[in-house]
Amino acid sequence: MSHNHEPKITVLPPDTEKIAKLWKTAGILLAITVVEFIIAFTMPHGAAKTFLFVILTIVKAGYIVGEFMHLRHEVKVLFWAVLLPMIFIGWMLVAFVYEGTKIIRI
Amino acid sequence: MSQTTAAVSHGRSEWDGGTSPMGVSYGKLMMWFFLMSDAFTFSGLLITYGLVRSSNFAYTGAVKDFVFSPNYWPIPEKVFEAVPFLHGVPLPLVFVGIMTFVLIMSSVTMVLAVEAGHRMDQKAVEKWMLWTILGGMTFLGCQAWEWTHFIVGTESGTILKEVANGALVDRTSAMHGANLVENQYGPPAFADFFFFITGFHGFHVFTGVLFNFLIFYNTVTGVYARRGHYEMVEKVGLYWHFVDLVWVFVFTFFYLV
Repeated sequence: MSHNHEPKITVLPPDTEKIAKLWKTAGILLAITVVEFIIAFTMPHGAAKTFLFVILTIVKAGYIVGEFMHLRHEVKVLFWAVLLPMIFIGWMLVAFVYEGTKIIRI
Repeated sequence: MSQTTAAVSHGRSEWDGGTSPMGVSYGKLMMWFFLMSDAFTFSGLLITYGLVRSSNFAYTGAVKDFVFSPNYWPIPEKVFEAVPFLHGVPLPLVFVGIMTFVLIMSSVTMVLAVEAGHRMDQKAVEKWMLWTILGGMTFLGCQAWEWTHFIVGTESGTILKEVANGALVDRTSAMHGANLVENQYGPPAFADFFFFITGFHGFHVFTGVLFNFLIFYNTVTGVYARRGHYEMVEKVGLYWHFVDLVWVFVFTFFYLV
């Protein structure tokens, strides 16, 4: 490997604003997880609890995909190309869980 | 790029070539495509879990009176309540909470590596990639412990029933832990889903650690510095965040609900 013409590399200083935002996102994710724990041991089992868990999970997923994976800042066509199929998947989950409650009666 | 008036008059749109309509490089777009297909696979597993779980009877009694039985689906917090070095102390979901924390933290260090790559800061990329690899290996270690505990089971175990002379009778010895055929916690499908869902996710974490190590190696040897950009860190970063994302869903649907 030749080192004669190595490109001159300019290292930029850390973008403190961006880094602070990333840590804030991490803080939100951890805070939601703590809230989930509190709900797990204080609320009685039932549809309301499940619903709450699903909502909190979607919020967490939103932060991971939106901020960590940067999707929120990509162009709209890529954003929707990823999100739309997932909405159908969500519907599929609801449909199959409902189907399961009917199978139990057979 | 030349945007001549002639090109416009021929009805050129951004989809006619020469531009990137998705606004990302080829490699990143293909990573998104792959992650979509991987998301479908995981969705398939989780949806099947939802179907089978809701087609089994649920435990309806008080949580404190809960006992394992193959006749109803177990309450996850009663199955996963062990923590290393604290034998016999019931700490429901604490260990899986620690695993969640580890994975989220390794996601943060990954995104910090990506940020350092944007600045061409080789030393910082190396540092954050090492933390990410450490987080991934910690998670894998935790999962190995969790699997071992799940397979070995509790001291008391559960007395399963068997058919003898046409009647359903108690077995003479208790079933401890789990395998793919039967388990002490609940219906056989419960352990099967545990092995397949957390196993498939763990396999992703494992390959993720391998990819992360590859990126770390290339960073240390200066491959990306010579190339002039650290886009590979971003691509593998996408995969690593996806692994974290899947865990968020596994955590909710398998351990919490």
